[in-house]
Amino acid sequence: MSVTLVKEKYSSKVGEVVLGATAEQGGTRTSTITVGGDSALPFLHFEGETKNRPVIAMEVTDVVPAWNEMIMNQIGDVINDPAAWAKKCVDDFGADLIYLKLNGADPEGENRSPEDCARIVKDVLAAVGVPLIVEGCDDSEKNNEIMAVIAEAATGENLLIGIAEQDNYKSIAAAAMVHKHTLIARSPLDINICKQLNILINEMGLPLNKIVIDPTVAGLGFGIEYVYSIMERARLGALANDKMLSMPIICTVGYEANRCKEAYASNEEFPGWGDLADRSVLWEAVTASGVLQVGASILVMRNPAAVSVVKKNIADMTGK
Amino acid sequence: MLIFGERINGMFTDIGDALRNKDPKPIQYWAVKQQEGGAHYLDVNSGPAIPTHERVEAYEWMVNVIQEVSELPLVLDSTNYDAIEAGLKVCKRPAIINSCPAEQVKIERVFPMAIQYNAGIIGLTMDKKGIPKDAENRVAFAMELVAAADEYGVPMEDLFIDPLILPVNVAQEHAPEVLDSLRQVKMLANPAPRTVLGLSNVSQKSPDRNLINRTYMAMAIASGLDAAIMDANDDDLVDVAATCQILLNRSVYADSYLKVFRAR
Repeated sequence: MSVTLVKEKYSSKVGEVVLGATAEQGGTRTSTITVGGDSALPFLHFEGETKNRPVIAMEVTDVVPAWNEMIMNQIGDVINDPAAWAKKCVDDFGADLIYLKLNGADPEGENRSPEDCARIVKDVLAAVGVPLIVEGCDDSEKNNEIMAVIAEAATGENLLIGIAEQDNYKSIAAAAMVHKHTLIARSPLDINICKQLNILINEMGLPLNKIVIDPTVAGLGFGIEYVYSIMERARLGALANDKMLSMPIICTVGYEANRCKEAYASNEEFPGWGDLADRSVLWEAVTASGVLQVGASILVMRNPAAVSVVKKNIADMTGK
Repeated sequence: MLIFGERINGMFTDIGDALRNKDPKPIQYWAVKQQEGGAHYLDVNSGPAIPTHERVEAYEWMVNVIQEVSELPLVLDSTNYDAIEAGLKVCKRPAIINSCPAEQVKIERVFPMAIQYNAGIIGLTMDKKGIPKDAENRVAFAMELVAAADEYGVPMEDLFIDPLILPVNVAQEHAPEVLDSLRQVKMLANPAPRTVLGLSNVSQKSPDRNLINRTYMAMAIASGLDAAIMDANDDDLVDVAATCQILLNRSVYADSYLKVFRAR
């Protein structure tokens, strides 16, 4: 007996966003990355096209992070040198792009100047040919200062810069607009604020294809199903032609997964949880695979072993 | 909820004069103004301003002058199908034919034309004898139109069933029957045909036209109305349409939803 598949028909698709710029386009990247463009729910190839494969950005920080040893050991000595670390991510771990987090700017910490931050960005740009994502520290006022300088120093590179939030978006949106970068718009797990923020940024004059949504995610076991429902809502909106929800989505899965106790607690502490070496990799990999299933376009990851697992998952799901 | 702007109609003095004098300005003014108001489509009707034998030429001219200033798709509104066809030939985007009653001769003329020009159809729930009083007979006519769409291969979402609302000041009993018809029409097929009303008709010659229009529209949308030929420049009315999208959870809420609803 033949079975007829029930297919959904959608009136629109997810918008496409290009990251990075080659020399011809005014930047210095050896290649660019295009994300988005899907015309169905993720990986439902019989209903529509998964146009661009999801990509993995590996996280590099400008000060040595307090990550668990299993990740630190894989990264090795280069952890002291953002440029060399970025290069290792691309050459050895197969990162599609680099996510540079400038924690050193934090006034409570190193309190690096905007110029120092811009120099680090330039160093990383010089070390790798892939597109770059740049985020500041956890102090929004300081971020406005450093991102203005970084955006100018890297004019034309089409960095993906962040973050714009509902109560602090104007300064960074202006920097993105003037210096031709793409912007991360972050909302606190709230679809209504997500849409409103996109509207507000777009009203300032930044085109919709220069915005990427960061819906805020959670690690496996810590509310990922809520994340899933928010992202699903955004994706269904995009497919139903809601232009203000049609941007590709970035998920900081490495940060969230590694905050979960399951990703770092020792075997001695929880003998019943299984070997930490596997558990640590799987916690990040499964968090990433979960959000892939609901439309993540850019995964920001930390653990090289987890990256390897998720790369295979992406290849299996997309056939690319 | 789709808004079909009603204003380019020869029944209005300025449009009637424009048609007689071949003056594109008033037509183009209303094309732009209705688009700004929130129209998704522009209804185009020469009305009685043009003698029957000149209507073919008039529709071609109207479509062309509108397309000079607006990218919105058009709803070609006439009882003269040759005039509609002349308009369809020059439309840049798929249009909607307004309208076809449930009469075999007219179905045979309109449905193949819709296929040929990739156009939608507004199907009226009436025949030569006129508009039924109750929902039951309206839905019976709707079923004939749905069957015709099936027979000719018109996609169900390209068929807009119009259950025909009459002025509430003279035919009050029709208002709830039309709401009932909307609900039932949505059950006739899967996917369901879409639905439309000539909304302003409900308030003809009443002093509180705007209030009646927007109240009835909210009730009709909740009953299954997908589109209305209406005043796209009645801001309160367009606000109600936008708010219904939110309250029926068809569009994700954002504080600026009224503004976004109007963005084209």
